[in-house]
Amino acid sequence: MKSFLVSLSRNQLASFGGVLLLLVVTLALLTPFLGLPSPDVTNTANRFLPVGSEAHILGTDHLGRDLLSRLLWGTRLSLAVGAGAAIGAAVIGSAIGIVAGYFGGRTDNLIMRGVDMLMAFPYILLALAIVAALGSGLINALIAVAAVNIPFFARNIRGITVGLAHREFVEAARLSGMSRTRIILTEILPNVAPVIIVAMSTTVGWMILETAGLSFLGLGSQPPQADLGSMLGEARAALITHPHVSIVPGVMIFIIVMGVNLLGDGVRDALDPRLASGALTRPRPATLVRRDKPAPETTDDSAALAVAQLETRFEIGPRVYEAVNGVSFSIREGEALGLVGESGSGKSVTALSIMGLVASSPGVITGGSVKVDGTELIGAPYEVLRSLRGRRVAYIFQDPLSTLHPLHRVGDQLIEAIRSHRSISNAEGRKRAIELLEAVRIPNAKSRIDVFPHEMSGGMRQRVAIAMALANEPEVIIADEPTTALDVTVQAQILALLDDLRRERGVSILFITHDFGVVSQLCGRVAVMYAGNIVEEGPTDEVLNQPAHPYTRRLIACVPELGGGQREMQAIPGLPPIVSDLPKGCAFAARCDRANEACLAGRPQPVAKDGRAVRCFRPEISSLAQEAM
Amino acid sequence: MGAYILKRLLSAIPVLFGVTIIVFVIMALIPGDPATAILGSYATPENVAKLNADLGLDKPLVQRYFIWLGNMLKGDFGTSFSLNRPVIDEVSERFNATLILAGTSFVLCSVLGIVAGMISAARQYGLADKAITFVVLIGISVPSFFLGMMMILFFAVKLRWLPASGMYAVWGGGDLPNLLRHLILPASALAVVATGVIARLSRSAMLEVLRQDFIRTARAKGVREGRVLRRHALRAAMVSIIPVLGIQAGFVLSGAVYIEIVFQWPGVGRMLVDAILTRDILLVQGGVVLVATCYVLFNIIVDVAQSLLDPRIKA
Repeated sequence: MKSFLVSLSRNQLASFGGVLLLLVVTLALLTPFLGLPSPDVTNTANRFLPVGSEAHILGTDHLGRDLLSRLLWGTRLSLAVGAGAAIGAAVIGSAIGIVAGYFGGRTDNLIMRGVDMLMAFPYILLALAIVAALGSGLINALIAVAAVNIPFFARNIRGITVGLAHREFVEAARLSGMSRTRIILTEILPNVAPVIIVAMSTTVGWMILETAGLSFLGLGSQPPQADLGSMLGEARAALITHPHVSIVPGVMIFIIVMGVNLLGDGVRDALDPRLASGALTRPRPATLVRRDKPAPETTDDSAALAVAQLETRFEIGPRVYEAVNGVSFSIREGEALGLVGESGSGKSVTALSIMGLVASSPGVITGGSVKVDGTELIGAPYEVLRSLRGRRVAYIFQDPLSTLHPLHRVGDQLIEAIRSHRSISNAEGRKRAIELLEAVRIPNAKSRIDVFPHEMSGGMRQRVAIAMALANEPEVIIADEPTTALDVTVQAQILALLDDLRRERGVSILFITHDFGVVSQLCGRVAVMYAGNIVEEGPTDEVLNQPAHPYTRRLIACVPELGGGQREMQAIPGLPPIVSDLPKGCAFAARCDRANEACLAGRPQPVAKDGRAVRCFRPEISSLAQEAM
Repeated sequence: MGAYILKRLLSAIPVLFGVTIIVFVIMALIPGDPATAILGSYATPENVAKLNADLGLDKPLVQRYFIWLGNMLKGDFGTSFSLNRPVIDEVSERFNATLILAGTSFVLCSVLGIVAGMISAARQYGLADKAITFVVLIGISVPSFFLGMMMILFFAVKLRWLPASGMYAVWGGGDLPNLLRHLILPASALAVVATGVIARLSRSAMLEVLRQDFIRTARAKGVREGRVLRRHALRAAMVSIIPVLGIQAGFVLSGAVYIEIVFQWPGVGRMLVDAILTRDILLVQGGVVLVATCYVLFNIIVDVAQSLLDPRIKA
């Protein structure tokens, strides 16, 4: 509750709306004590006095009545009627919603059908019908507006009650023999009350507007009594000759409704934490680059893909998460490099940084260099980046159900991938798309091209994703856990497919996974990531057989071996450090069984020998240990 | 698809049935005697009794309902006593005028709202976004009847660009340009609030969609940003925008009542208000049932459009 008020008061617009409303309500409450002339005393000699007249600050209306006085009394009435309608609708609507939601079954069905029928009307028809039946008058207008809004409350509150009705605490109350009425009053009501209040605060402006509308039509308050709507309705006859009589009440309605809208928006935002964390910001077309150091020299210009000293961080409010912290690697033509690590080690962020696909904000690339065939990508103009995406470097993502567009046919998505980089006709694109589907061994490619992603199996969808990656015959494919969402047999097929591509077409592959088994099938070399750094790199079989970094050794020990008999599985104690708060020393030191004081004091730099590299003060291989000294 | 449309049409039948019951019950609540209302308080008791018998008002309530319903199914909505002409003739003539006004407004608010929301989302926190957000805030806070009056004051009286009223004169046999001249102000005034609501919703729907994985996929393919926004993001956002268009159509239809009064537009809303003030019950009943029926049918169109847009909705 407190944090809710704090976040509400931080919202400038909402505060402005709140102050505006407070002012209007205070004025309305003080109206009887302001010593204004009576709002109903007519004086036809003084009719239509302009704004700023002596004794009538806002002038007078067609009967010579003081406009300021009528405005304030009218505001008072409009606010009271609007609030009354809101309370009426909230009480009755919520009661209906709670009963329907709590009892469920036939009761629920019957009530909600009725509510649906009420909602089948455009609201004004219902309001007009009710006023027609009850006769014109302010109270009848209030009843009509309240009645029209009952379905809204009934629906919302029912939804929440249904969720509550089978929660543990309600079941407990039921088992303890409490009566239904008591359960509803003591268990359900307190939990739905905040929602009712929020719904009221967002609809009260609407109800003020609606009652004013009915009065404007002459169906609400009857003369001489006036609310803002009937003031406007009466003034309409003299709109052209004396516009100020119309403008005064109109502006007041506008101020009230705007105040309620602003405050209501603020209340909604304060209750929806997704907005507070900035998660609803739109990702830019390419990741923001803010590099304050010069780009590092890459040693390996012959590589298909060379990454050097890459740094990517997430800036969320005052906190900085260093997700990628100086990662370097390179992949030659026709080579597959496996990038292995736990969740959150920075594998995917590394991969996405290459083509500027990290969501910005909050992601920022703060340093390093990425070269594809010698072309620098970090800091490159968007158009350069875009023309390389999918053409020379292609991605395959983890979950093909969420990464393929759900509303476009797979063929169209494939054709789009081709036509983004080549100007060919749609028919040619279609022909090429069928070839691609056949290349990834999708049976009946000619007919499958016209289905939607949700009509395919997971394995078929991932094949489509791979076909899309192949569309422009890229030199580099970045596969980010492409088989994690698939079952084992499909996984093997997909891996075989990727391996064929590498051998037959010389595609370079960066393969991201947390699974050593998958790496050993596909990748000649492997790099192990921990807390945003590559801690070890080398030929896959050597690293697997003789890990140099204690973390790699522990990670391999976690992998169960099929047919390896009973073996003790050893989980690594502790958790990886939070990347917003990295320790001074080696990031793994706290979980490492070989760590000493040196490990806690400073960060190890990578050392390399005989094609192996490790970032450790006390590696497990003696030749590398000598280098590290 | 045909099966889906048929299913939705069939499901409308109980709803329409409910609509007639609700209207009938509300009207039956009216205190006093309709015959007295028609004949005035000086009518002789014999005349009142005779009229009651003529109108079938001496029969029990349930029987009266079925007589009324049966007549409506035959196309007979009764006769308006205040206008002395068949309700169906009056309502259908008036409804045409409302349809022109509300239809134009609906197209206007849908197009403007979606485009504004899309620009706002694409330029999030930029100048265009802030300007649109500000205008939208004002738009959704102005009562449409007040806005209409101010538009008359400014565009019709001060600038003399467009007529403030006079649709009645055109209705007989006006040409299209003349109709459009009369249409611009009321249709715009009516569209403002709905435009604001749709723009807001479109903005947040677009922002929601732009964070989805398939947008990243499109970008990873090298699709141009403009196309990402239009073909990928907007298309997916439409799934949540279209139902709101259906709801807003109801609000536009409702707002038309005020706008018709302000601009003296010869529509069904004005007719209903007049019928209520003269207590012409049959006219009110007939008008409400016909408009509600059209609205229910319109919502079926919205559902069908939704199912065409989203292949995941099973027909």
